[in-house]
Amino acid sequence: MTVIVNGHSWELPHGATLADVLERLGAPSCGVAVALDGAVVPRASWPGTALWEGASVEVLTAVQGG
Amino acid sequence: MADDPLVIAGREFGSRLVLGTGGASNLAVLEQALLAAQTELTTVAIRRMDTGARTGVLDVLRRHGIEPLPNTAGCRSAAEAVLTARLSREALGTSWVKLEVIADDRTLLPDPIELLDAAEQLVEDGFTVLPYTNDDPVLARRLADAGCAVVMPLGSPIGTGLGIRNPHNIEMIVAQAPVPVILDAGIGTASDAALAMELGCDAVLLASAVTRAEDPPRMAEAMRLAVQAGRHARLAGRIPQRFWARASSPDP
Repeated sequence: MTVIVNGHSWELPHGATLADVLERLGAPSCGVAVALDGAVVPRASWPGTALWEGASVEVLTAVQGG
Repeated sequence: MADDPLVIAGREFGSRLVLGTGGASNLAVLEQALLAAQTELTTVAIRRMDTGARTGVLDVLRRHGIEPLPNTAGCRSAAEAVLTARLSREALGTSWVKLEVIADDRTLLPDPIELLDAAEQLVEDGFTVLPYTNDDPVLARRLADAGCAVVMPLGSPIGTGLGIRNPHNIEMIVAQAPVPVILDAGIGTASDAALAMELGCDAVLLASAVTRAEDPPRMAEAMRLAVQAGRHARLAGRIPQRFWARASSPDP
Protein backbone atom coordinates (compact mmCIF):
# COMPACT_ATOMS: atom_id res chain seq x y z
CA MET A 1 0.00 0.00 0.00
CA THR A 2 1.04 3.60 -0.53
CA VAL A 3 1.23 5.94 2.46
CA ILE A 4 2.24 9.62 2.37
CA VAL A 5 4.96 10.39 4.91
CA ASN A 6 5.91 14.07 5.24
CA GLY A 7 4.74 14.62 1.67
CA HIS A 8 6.62 11.64 0.16
CA SER A 9 5.02 8.43 -1.12
CA TRP A 10 6.15 5.33 0.73
CA GLU A 11 5.39 1.72 -0.19
CA LEU A 12 4.63 -0.23 2.98
CA PRO A 13 3.39 -3.78 3.56
CA HIS A 14 -0.18 -4.22 4.67
CA GLY A 15 -0.45 -4.10 8.44
CA ALA A 16 2.39 -1.58 8.80
CA THR A 17 1.96 0.69 11.84
CA LEU A 18 2.99 4.21 12.79
CA ALA A 19 5.79 2.69 14.85
CA ASP A 20 7.18 1.09 11.65
CA VAL A 21 7.24 4.50 9.94
CA LEU A 22 9.02 6.11 12.88
CA GLU A 23 11.60 3.35 12.97
CA ARG A 24 12.29 3.65 9.24
CA LEU A 25 12.67 7.42 9.63
CA GLY A 26 15.20 6.89 12.39
CA ALA A 27 13.21 9.11 14.72
CA PRO A 28 14.79 9.78 18.11
CA SER A 29 13.10 8.49 21.24
CA CYS A 30 11.93 11.93 22.33
CA GLY A 31 11.08 15.31 20.83
CA VAL A 32 8.90 13.90 18.04
CA ALA A 33 5.16 14.15 17.38
CA VAL A 34 2.95 12.43 14.82
CA ALA A 35 -0.23 13.49 13.06
CA LEU A 36 -2.26 10.93 11.12
CA ASP A 37 -4.71 12.47 8.63
CA GLY A 38 -4.55 15.72 10.60
CA ALA A 39 -5.05 14.34 14.12
CA VAL A 40 -2.39 13.96 16.80
CA VAL A 41 -1.55 10.36 17.72
CA PRO A 42 0.10 9.99 21.15
CA ARG A 43 3.36 8.08 21.29
CA ALA A 44 1.84 5.23 23.28
CA SER A 45 -0.54 4.52 20.40
CA TRP A 46 2.07 4.33 17.62
CA PRO A 47 2.66 0.54 17.76
CA GLY A 48 -1.06 -0.22 17.73
CA THR A 49 -2.03 2.19 14.95
CA ALA A 50 -2.19 0.31 11.63
CA LEU A 51 -2.00 2.41 8.47
CA TRP A 52 -4.16 2.24 5.37
CA GLU A 53 -3.89 2.99 1.65
CA GLY A 54 -3.54 6.75 1.13
CA ALA A 55 -3.05 7.59 4.83
CA SER A 56 -1.14 10.82 5.41
CA VAL A 57 1.48 10.79 8.16
CA GLU A 58 3.28 13.90 9.40
CA VAL A 59 6.29 13.41 11.63
CA LEU A 60 7.42 16.61 13.33
CA THR A 61 10.16 17.76 15.62
CA ALA A 62 11.56 20.94 17.13
CA VAL A 63 13.94 23.02 15.05
CA GLN A 64 15.50 26.47 15.45
CA GLY A 65 12.90 29.16 15.07
CA GLY A 66 11.06 32.14 16.49
CA MET B 1 17.40 42.27 40.04
CA ALA B 2 17.61 38.92 41.82
CA ASP B 3 14.49 39.70 43.86
CA ASP B 4 12.54 40.93 40.85
CA PRO B 5 11.49 37.76 39.05
CA LEU B 6 9.25 37.60 36.01
CA VAL B 7 6.22 35.45 36.85
CA ILE B 8 4.30 33.77 34.03
CA ALA B 9 1.40 31.49 34.92
CA GLY B 10 2.80 31.07 38.42
CA ARG B 11 6.28 30.21 37.21
CA GLU B 12 9.27 32.42 38.11
CA PHE B 13 12.05 33.42 35.75
CA GLY B 14 15.15 35.33 36.81
CA SER B 15 15.77 36.55 33.26
CA ARG B 16 13.52 39.01 31.49
CA LEU B 17 15.09 38.34 28.12
CA VAL B 18 13.63 35.55 26.01
CA LEU B 19 16.04 34.82 23.20
CA GLY B 20 14.53 32.94 20.26
CA THR B 21 16.62 30.39 18.40
CA GLY B 22 15.63 31.39 14.85
CA GLY B 23 18.13 32.74 12.35
CA ALA B 24 21.39 31.49 13.88
CA SER B 25 23.94 30.38 11.30
CA ASN B 26 25.02 27.39 13.35
CA LEU B 27 24.39 25.70 16.66
CA ALA B 28 27.72 26.64 18.23
CA VAL B 29 27.08 30.37 17.75
CA LEU B 30 23.52 29.93 18.99
CA GLU B 31 24.74 28.19 22.11
CA GLN B 32 27.20 31.01 22.88
CA ALA B 33 24.48 33.60 22.34
CA LEU B 34 21.99 31.79 24.58
CA LEU B 35 24.58 31.65 27.35
CA ALA B 36 25.57 35.31 26.93
CA ALA B 37 21.88 36.30 27.07
CA GLN B 38 21.40 34.22 30.24
CA THR B 39 17.99 33.38 28.90
CA GLU B 40 15.89 30.76 30.70
CA LEU B 41 13.20 30.35 28.05
CA THR B 42 13.68 30.14 24.29
CA THR B 43 11.45 29.61 21.30
CA VAL B 44 11.67 26.66 18.91
CA ALA B 45 9.61 25.91 15.80
CA ILE B 46 7.88 22.62 14.97
CA ARG B 47 8.67 21.27 11.51
CA ARG B 48 8.67 18.04 9.50
CA MET B 49 11.38 15.62 10.51
CA ASP B 50 13.23 14.55 7.38
CA THR B 51 15.27 11.38 7.22
CA GLY B 52 18.52 11.99 8.99
CA ALA B 53 17.35 15.21 10.65
CA ARG B 54 18.61 15.72 14.17
CA THR B 55 17.02 17.61 17.01
CA GLY B 56 20.26 19.46 17.65
CA VAL B 57 18.67 22.52 19.12
CA LEU B 58 16.88 20.51 21.81
CA ASP B 59 20.18 18.91 22.84
CA VAL B 60 21.71 22.37 23.33
CA LEU B 61 18.76 23.52 25.43
CA ARG B 62 18.76 20.37 27.54
CA ARG B 63 22.48 20.73 28.19
CA HIS B 64 22.00 24.19 29.71
CA GLY B 65 18.61 23.74 31.35
CA ILE B 66 16.92 26.28 29.04
CA GLU B 67 13.18 25.72 28.71
CA PRO B 68 11.95 25.32 25.11
CA LEU B 69 8.87 27.36 24.20
CA PRO B 70 7.42 25.89 21.00
CA ASN B 71 5.82 28.34 18.59
CA THR B 72 3.23 28.01 15.87
CA ALA B 73 5.24 30.05 13.36
CA GLY B 74 4.04 29.74 9.80
CA CYS B 75 0.43 28.97 10.71
CA ARG B 76 -2.22 30.95 8.79
CA SER B 77 -5.42 29.78 10.46
CA ALA B 78 -6.68 28.98 13.93
CA ALA B 79 -7.14 25.32 12.97
CA GLU B 80 -3.54 25.02 11.78
CA ALA B 81 -2.18 26.74 14.90
CA VAL B 82 -4.22 24.58 17.25
CA LEU B 83 -2.99 21.38 15.56
CA THR B 84 0.62 22.63 15.66
CA ALA B 85 0.28 23.46 19.37
CA ARG B 86 -1.09 19.99 20.09
CA LEU B 87 1.80 18.42 18.17
CA SER B 88 4.32 20.53 20.07
CA ARG B 89 2.77 19.45 23.36
CA GLU B 90 3.16 15.83 22.30
CA ALA B 91 6.72 16.30 21.02
CA LEU B 92 8.10 18.40 23.87
CA GLY B 93 5.86 17.49 26.78
CA THR B 94 5.01 21.14 27.47
CA SER B 95 1.60 22.79 27.44
CA TRP B 96 3.19 26.22 26.96
CA VAL B 97 2.94 27.62 23.46
CA LYS B 98 3.93 30.83 21.73
CA LEU B 99 0.87 31.35 19.57
CA GLU B 100 1.51 32.90 16.17
CA VAL B 101 -1.13 33.11 13.46
CA ILE B 102 0.27 35.08 10.56
CA ALA B 103 -1.80 36.93 7.94
CA ASP B 104 0.66 37.01 5.04
CA ASP B 105 4.32 36.49 4.16
CA ARG B 106 5.10 40.08 3.31
CA THR B 107 4.21 41.67 6.64
CA LEU B 108 4.17 38.58 8.88
CA LEU B 109 1.63 40.53 10.92
CA PRO B 110 -0.73 38.58 13.17
CA ASP B 111 -4.22 37.83 11.84
CA PRO B 112 -6.21 39.14 14.82
CA ILE B 113 -9.42 37.20 14.16
CA GLU B 114 -7.72 33.81 13.72
CA LEU B 115 -5.38 34.60 16.64
CA LEU B 116 -8.18 35.22 19.13
CA ASP B 117 -10.06 32.14 17.91
CA ALA B 118 -6.96 29.95 18.35
CA ALA B 119 -6.20 31.46 21.77
CA GLU B 120 -9.69 30.65 23.01
CA GLN B 121 -9.48 27.06 21.77
CA LEU B 122 -6.04 26.47 23.28
CA VAL B 123 -6.92 27.98 26.67
CA GLU B 124 -9.97 25.72 26.70
CA ASP B 125 -7.69 22.76 25.93
CA GLY B 126 -5.47 23.54 28.94
CA PHE B 127 -2.58 25.30 27.22
CA THR B 128 -0.58 28.15 28.72
CA VAL B 129 -0.89 30.55 25.79
CA LEU B 130 1.65 33.27 25.02
CA PRO B 131 0.18 35.08 21.98
CA TYR B 132 2.23 37.13 19.54
CA THR B 133 -0.09 40.05 18.81
CA ASN B 134 -0.38 43.41 17.11
CA ASP B 135 0.39 46.56 19.09
CA ASP B 136 -3.36 46.98 19.52
CA PRO B 137 -4.54 47.67 23.09
CA VAL B 138 -8.04 46.39 22.36
CA LEU B 139 -6.85 43.06 20.94
CA ALA B 140 -4.37 42.69 23.81
CA ARG B 141 -7.21 43.12 26.28
CA ARG B 142 -9.35 40.58 24.45
CA LEU B 143 -6.49 38.04 24.52
CA ALA B 144 -5.97 38.57 28.24
CA ASP B 145 -9.73 38.24 28.83
CA ALA B 146 -9.64 34.97 26.89
CA GLY B 147 -7.22 33.59 29.48
CA CYS B 148 -3.83 34.05 27.83
CA ALA B 149 -0.93 33.93 30.30
CA VAL B 150 0.77 36.99 28.81
CA VAL B 151 0.33 39.29 25.83
CA MET B 152 3.20 39.79 23.40
CA PRO B 153 2.73 42.88 21.22
CA LEU B 154 5.10 43.57 18.36
CA GLY B 155 7.35 46.61 18.27
CA SER B 156 7.45 46.41 14.46
CA PRO B 157 7.18 43.54 11.96
CA ILE B 158 9.23 40.36 12.53
CA GLY B 159 12.83 40.62 11.40
CA THR B 160 12.70 44.30 10.41
CA GLY B 161 14.78 45.67 13.27
CA LEU B 162 12.66 48.84 13.10
CA GLY B 163 12.32 49.01 16.87
CA ILE B 164 9.15 50.19 18.62
CA ARG B 165 7.10 52.16 16.08
CA ASN B 166 4.23 53.02 18.38
CA PRO B 167 5.52 53.43 21.94
CA HIS B 168 2.25 54.98 23.09
CA ASN B 169 0.29 51.86 22.12
CA ILE B 170 2.75 49.72 24.06
CA GLU B 171 2.26 51.98 27.10
CA MET B 172 -1.51 51.68 26.80
CA ILE B 173 -1.25 47.88 26.57
CA VAL B 174 0.95 47.85 29.68
CA ALA B 175 -1.39 50.23 31.55
CA GLN B 176 -4.40 47.95 31.25
CA ALA B 177 -2.92 44.45 31.01
CA PRO B 178 -3.81 42.12 33.90
CA VAL B 179 -1.02 39.76 32.72
CA PRO B 180 2.68 40.30 31.91
CA VAL B 181 3.49 42.12 28.67
CA ILE B 182 6.38 40.82 26.57
CA LEU B 183 7.58 43.00 23.69
CA ASP B 184 7.96 40.58 20.81
CA ALA B 185 9.39 41.33 17.36
CA GLY B 186 11.02 44.32 15.75
CA ILE B 187 13.89 44.85 18.18
CA GLY B 188 16.98 45.94 16.20
CA THR B 189 19.51 46.95 18.82
CA ALA B 190 20.04 47.31 22.55
CA SER B 191 18.36 50.71 22.92
CA ASP B 192 15.12 49.24 21.51
CA ALA B 193 15.15 46.55 24.21
CA ALA B 194 15.85 49.15 26.91
CA LEU B 195 12.98 51.30 25.62
CA ALA B 196 10.58 48.35 25.79
CA MET B 197 11.40 47.89 29.45
CA GLU B 198 11.23 51.64 30.15
CA LEU B 199 7.73 51.67 28.65
CA GLY B 200 6.78 49.10 31.27
CA CYS B 201 7.04 45.80 29.45
CA ASP B 202 7.80 42.87 31.76
CA ALA B 203 10.17 41.16 29.33
CA VAL B 204 11.53 41.24 25.79
CA LEU B 205 11.49 38.44 23.23
CA LEU B 206 13.89 38.76 20.31
CA ALA B 207 15.81 36.55 17.91
CA SER B 208 17.03 38.11 14.66
CA ALA B 209 18.59 41.13 16.38
CA VAL B 210 21.01 38.71 18.04
CA THR B 211 21.23 35.73 15.72
CA ARG B 212 21.75 37.87 12.59
CA ALA B 213 24.10 40.40 14.22
CA GLU B 214 27.72 40.29 13.09
CA ASP B 215 28.74 39.07 16.54
CA PRO B 216 25.71 37.26 18.03
CA PRO B 217 27.18 36.45 21.48
CA ARG B 218 28.23 40.06 21.96
CA MET B 219 24.81 41.37 20.90
CA ALA B 220 23.19 38.86 23.26
CA GLU B 221 25.25 40.33 26.10
CA ALA B 222 24.22 43.84 25.01
CA MET B 223 20.54 42.83 25.03
CA ARG B 224 20.84 41.28 28.49
CA LEU B 225 22.34 44.48 29.87
CA ALA B 226 19.80 46.66 28.02
CA VAL B 227 16.85 44.72 29.43
CA GLN B 228 18.30 45.05 32.94
CA ALA B 229 19.03 48.77 32.46
CA GLY B 230 15.54 49.42 31.11
CA ARG B 231 13.94 47.52 33.99
CA HIS B 232 15.96 49.49 36.55
CA ALA B 233 15.02 52.78 34.86
CA ARG B 234 11.34 51.83 34.86
CA LEU B 235 11.37 50.93 38.56
CA ALA B 236 13.51 53.96 39.46
CA GLY B 237 10.91 56.37 38.09
CA ARG B 238 12.23 58.73 35.45
CA ILE B 239 12.06 62.52 35.74
CA PRO B 240 9.26 64.23 33.87
CA GLN B 241 10.19 65.76 30.52
CA ARG B 242 10.28 69.59 30.56
CA PHE B 243 10.23 72.18 27.81
CA TRP B 244 12.67 74.66 29.45
CA ALA B 245 15.92 74.05 31.24
CA ARG B 246 16.08 73.55 35.00
CA ALA B 247 19.46 74.11 36.68
CA SER B 248 20.86 71.32 38.78
CA SER B 249 23.46 73.56 40.46
CA PRO B 250 22.49 76.13 43.13
CA ASP B 251 22.01 79.75 42.06
CA PRO B 252 25.29 81.72 42.10
